[in-house]
Amino acid sequence: MPRKTPLNELHRAAGARMVDFGGWDMPVNYGSQIEEHHAVRREAGMFDVSHMQAVDIEGHDARAFLRRAVANNVDKLATPGRALYTCMLNERGGVVDDLIVYFFRDDWLRIVVNAGTAAKDIAWLERLRGEWRSQIRITPRTDLAIVAVQGPRAREIVWKVFPQVKSATEALAPFNAAIVGDVMVGRTGYTGEDGFEIVLPAANVANAWKALAEAGARPCGLGARDTLRLEAGMNLYGQDMDDEISPLDAGLAWTVDLAPGRDFVGRAALESRGQRSDFLGLLLLDAGGVLRAHQKVSTPAGEGEITSGTFSPTLSRSIALARLPRGVAPGAMVHVQVRDKQLAARVVKLPFVRKGKILVETKETA
Amino acid sequence: MKTPKELRYTSSHEWVRRDGDGTLAVGITDHAQEQLGDIVFVEAPAAGRKVNAGEAVGVVESVKAASDIYAPVAGEIVGANADLSGEPQKVNEDAYSAWIYRIKPSNAADVDKLLDAAAYEKSAS
Repeated sequence: MPRKTPLNELHRAAGARMVDFGGWDMPVNYGSQIEEHHAVRREAGMFDVSHMQAVDIEGHDARAFLRRAVANNVDKLATPGRALYTCMLNERGGVVDDLIVYFFRDDWLRIVVNAGTAAKDIAWLERLRGEWRSQIRITPRTDLAIVAVQGPRAREIVWKVFPQVKSATEALAPFNAAIVGDVMVGRTGYTGEDGFEIVLPAANVANAWKALAEAGARPCGLGARDTLRLEAGMNLYGQDMDDEISPLDAGLAWTVDLAPGRDFVGRAALESRGQRSDFLGLLLLDAGGVLRAHQKVSTPAGEGEITSGTFSPTLSRSIALARLPRGVAPGAMVHVQVRDKQLAARVVKLPFVRKGKILVETKETA
Repeated sequence: MKTPKELRYTSSHEWVRRDGDGTLAVGITDHAQEQLGDIVFVEAPAAGRKVNAGEAVGVVESVKAASDIYAPVAGEIVGANADLSGEPQKVNEDAYSAWIYRIKPSNAADVDKLLDAAAYEKSAS
């Protein structure tokens, strides 16, 4: 039986189509997935992301532990509330998970990890703690729920429902969070739009969800979440990278801090392997189907593979994220095998869309 | 589940309508479009193609997934609904008016062997 978030009954009552996602019974769409997508780009949408797991890392050596455990450098987190996107790697340089680290105090950092990998991540962290004889406490916060409110109107809607957080979050810069009472508000998300992610006691989330809907945030499912993150050029764990894929081959080199003097798990493997692939966008030029994960891409430099693909509601075309041989540059023409056809696509720089604006040229055809 | 009584159905979620000229219009059921979600691409078979019953003859793609469409009976494809290439969402709006292709059955009586509305509802639930 898949696990249920505290909003499960509300999703079902709203007529959502539910699927098992990472071991959780989650809404894919309530009505039209495309309309949910547009709501986030144009107004505001909200997502139940309570399947994601907040984990508190506490103790005098909490920062030192994470400095070794993750590929980005948590020493960049200088002020309370600052957040950092990073991968956690295995010794082979593969990605155990991607996560956000929030810094609150020298003896208290919080990470938020993916649903399907949470158990694996916690076991991995426990193992590192043992090996390193660390004093940290690792506490999965199963008492918390998470709602992401995203879109140009998201912040004003959150302030209407949570007036007590307004003064603390009005001046909050992107990738920062504030804690007000039992609510944590982060200016983060997975859509390419402005917005907040709200972490709050599970017991309060149903009322908050209803109030946010009342204030104008449209409930959106994992379907829209996927098309939004793809347009925003953001990776999905398990699809765009996994235990066997290096972050350098998944477009995540910007999250790996290789400045000298800091050892972290996977560093030696990354440095000896180097980068073997480029990770870029594809824009389908031909009609004839939709780009999907695992389709083969023929390029002048050899074969590549689509890791995530979909129909982009904002571009009204199919788009994809692809792992391509090194040397294939934005602008290059490639062909994708879709069923029995070779369809023309153009390689583009990511992202496709950011803050409601299309950032790639879409007029040209094959 | 919307399942008009006057149509015939397949367990693979096609609906079949007998038109007066001896050909059949074929589309996907309302239940199928609801399961697929927003449809963004429809590929119908080419006219003149001879097909067997149960053969995959085309594809419907939603934002989420691609799904084959099958021939309900043996016969020859005689036409495709050109409107759907520009407006595939018509399948979501009204699955039973958005026919995808027409087929001339090799044996007109084969249609009688397809599911009726009650049997389809049972098979799809």
